[in-house]
Amino acid sequence: MAEVIKKATRDGYCAGLLKLAEKYDDFVVLDADLAEATKTVVFKKQYPERFYDCGIAEQNMVSIAAGIAATGKKVFCSSFAMFAAGRAFEQVRNAVCYPHLNVIIGATHAGISVGEDGATHQCCEDIALMRTLPGMTIINPADTVETEKALEAAYNHDGPVYMRFGRLAVPVIFDEDYKFEIGKGVELKEGNDVTIIATGLMVNEALIAHDLLKEEGINARIINMATIKPLDTEIVLKAAKETGAIVTAEEHSVIGGLGSAVAEYLAETCPTPVVKLGVYDKFGQSGPANELLDLYGLRGKDIAEKAKKAIALK
Amino acid sequence: MDCVTKKELQHIANNVRIGIIEGVYGAKAGHPGGSLSCADILTYLYFKEMNIDPKDPKKADRDRLVLSKGHAAPALYSVLANRGYFSVDELPTLRHIDSRLQGHPDMKNIPGVDMSSGSLGQGISAAVGMALSSKHFGDNFRVFTILGDGECEEGQVWEAAMFAANKGLNNLVAFVDFNNLQIDGSCDEVNSPCPIDKKFEAFNWNVAVIDGHDFDEIEAALEKAKASDKPFCIVAKTTKGKGVSYMENNCGWHGKAPGTEDYETAIKELTAIGESLK
Repeated sequence: MAEVIKKATRDGYCAGLLKLAEKYDDFVVLDADLAEATKTVVFKKQYPERFYDCGIAEQNMVSIAAGIAATGKKVFCSSFAMFAAGRAFEQVRNAVCYPHLNVIIGATHAGISVGEDGATHQCCEDIALMRTLPGMTIINPADTVETEKALEAAYNHDGPVYMRFGRLAVPVIFDEDYKFEIGKGVELKEGNDVTIIATGLMVNEALIAHDLLKEEGINARIINMATIKPLDTEIVLKAAKETGAIVTAEEHSVIGGLGSAVAEYLAETCPTPVVKLGVYDKFGQSGPANELLDLYGLRGKDIAEKAKKAIALK
Repeated sequence: MDCVTKKELQHIANNVRIGIIEGVYGAKAGHPGGSLSCADILTYLYFKEMNIDPKDPKKADRDRLVLSKGHAAPALYSVLANRGYFSVDELPTLRHIDSRLQGHPDMKNIPGVDMSSGSLGQGISAAVGMALSSKHFGDNFRVFTILGDGECEEGQVWEAAMFAANKGLNNLVAFVDFNNLQIDGSCDEVNSPCPIDKKFEAFNWNVAVIDGHDFDEIEAALEKAKASDKPFCIVAKTTKGKGVSYMENNCGWHGKAPGTEDYETAIKELTAIGESLK
C-alpha cells in the first residue's frame, strides 16, 4: 500500500497562491495578522509587494477587498473562518456580495479540527452563513490537490467565492490528473445501495466508510461535493433516484450546511431519506484535532452507521 | 466645466437640492436632511475636482467617490443627474419598484456610482481599498469618500483610518459631513464622536476644518489635500437640511419625506434662492 501523504488544505491555499502569482499579476493578497496561521506568510515572503497586512481588523479587511475589486482587480482575503464568515458577515454581504465583486475569501481553520484553540475559534457555522448570500460560491476542498485547482477556478470565476480550508493535515487523496470544476460533484466510488455525499476532510472519512460498508456487503456510492453552492443538483438527483438513500458528511453544523442543502433540494424534487452527519448543534472544545474528530463522531465508522440508518429508512 | 465659477457652483448646488427634494418627495421616503447638508461638497467634487466623464462612467482612470453615508443617496443621484450621467427626470423614481435609483447607492445599476454603500462605516474601507488599488497597480486615480458625523461612531471607520495612514494613502480624501445631528438627536447627546478632527489627526491623517457650504473653503482644503503626504480628512461643518428653512437643524427631517404642502414650500424656497443667484 502506498504511503499516505498528509497535508493541511491551508498549505494548499498557500501553494495555490504562489502558482497563481506566477501566472497573473492583477491580484493582491490580504491578511489580518494571521499570515503565519493561514500560511499566506509564504506568499508574503516571496511577493512582499503584493501582500497587505490589514492588522487585526477583519471587517475593514473585507471592505477593503471589496474596494480593490470594485476597481476591476482581484483580491484574496485571508483569515480564520470564524472571523471571515462570522465577524465580517455583514461586510461580506453588503460590500462583497451585493455588488457581486471578485473577492475570494480564503477562510482557514474551519471546523472543530482547529483543535486546541477551542470553541471560540472552531467555526462550524460558516457554510450556513455564506449559503444565505445571493451569488456567493462556496468551495470546501478535500485535499491540497483539490485546493490548488479550486483556487485557480475561483480566480477565474466572476463573482465572490468563499473557500473553506482546514488546519489539520489530512490525507492527499487526489493526484494531479484530478479535474476540478466549480459546481460539479465528483463520484469517487460506484455503488447503488446508498450514497454518501461528503465535503472537505470528511471525503477521506467517506472513503473509509465505503470500505467498512463493503465488508458488510453494502455498496455505497461516494460523492465528493467540494462546491456546496451552487449545489450540483444533477448528481444529487441521480444519486437519490439510483440509490434511494443519502448520507451527508461535513465538519460543520448539521444546520445550514451541505446536509441542509442536499435535503432542501431533495425535499422539493425527489423526497428521499437524507441522514445528516456533522456537528449536532453544539460548540466545539479544546483538544487534539484527531481526538475531537473521534469525540464528535466525524469518522468513517460513524458515516457507515449513518449509511445503515439511511438504508433502513428506504 | 474646467472654469466653473463660484456663482455657477452655487447655482448648480441649488439645482442639486431641488433634485434631492424631487427625489424624496417622489419616493415618499428617504433622507433629505443629510442629503441637503452634503450637497455643496458633492457639487464641488463632481463639477470641479474629480477626473470623471459622464459619457464614460466606467473609464478606468477616473477618480472614485464612495458615499460612505449611503443614506444621502438622493444627493449623490441628484448631482450625478445634474452632471449628465442620467436624466434629472429620473430622480422622482427614487425607491420605486423597478427604479434603478435604490434607496442606497447600487454600483451595479446606476451610472456614476462607484461603490454600493449604505451600511455605515463600510464605505470608507472600500474607499481605502480603491486608494490602495490605485497606488498598487499604478493607476494614479484619486479617491474621495463622504462620511456622516454619526457614522464616525462605527468602529470600522477607525480601522479604515488606521490602515490608510499606515499604508500612506495620500490619494484618499475623506469628508466628514459634520451637521451634528443623527437619528436619535444631536451627536453629543447620542454618543459623541467628537472631536472628529483630533481623532483623525491622532490616526496620523492631515486634517482641515472648514465651512462645508463655502466653496472657497472647500477648494482651499482640497488644494491642501493634493499636496498632503498623508490621507486627508476634511471636517466640513454643515447645516442639516441646508436650503429648506423648516428642515434646517431639525433632526426630525433625517429620514422623512415631505408631504405635498411641505414639498411645495421647499421647491418655492429653493426656486427663490435660484432666482437670487442669477
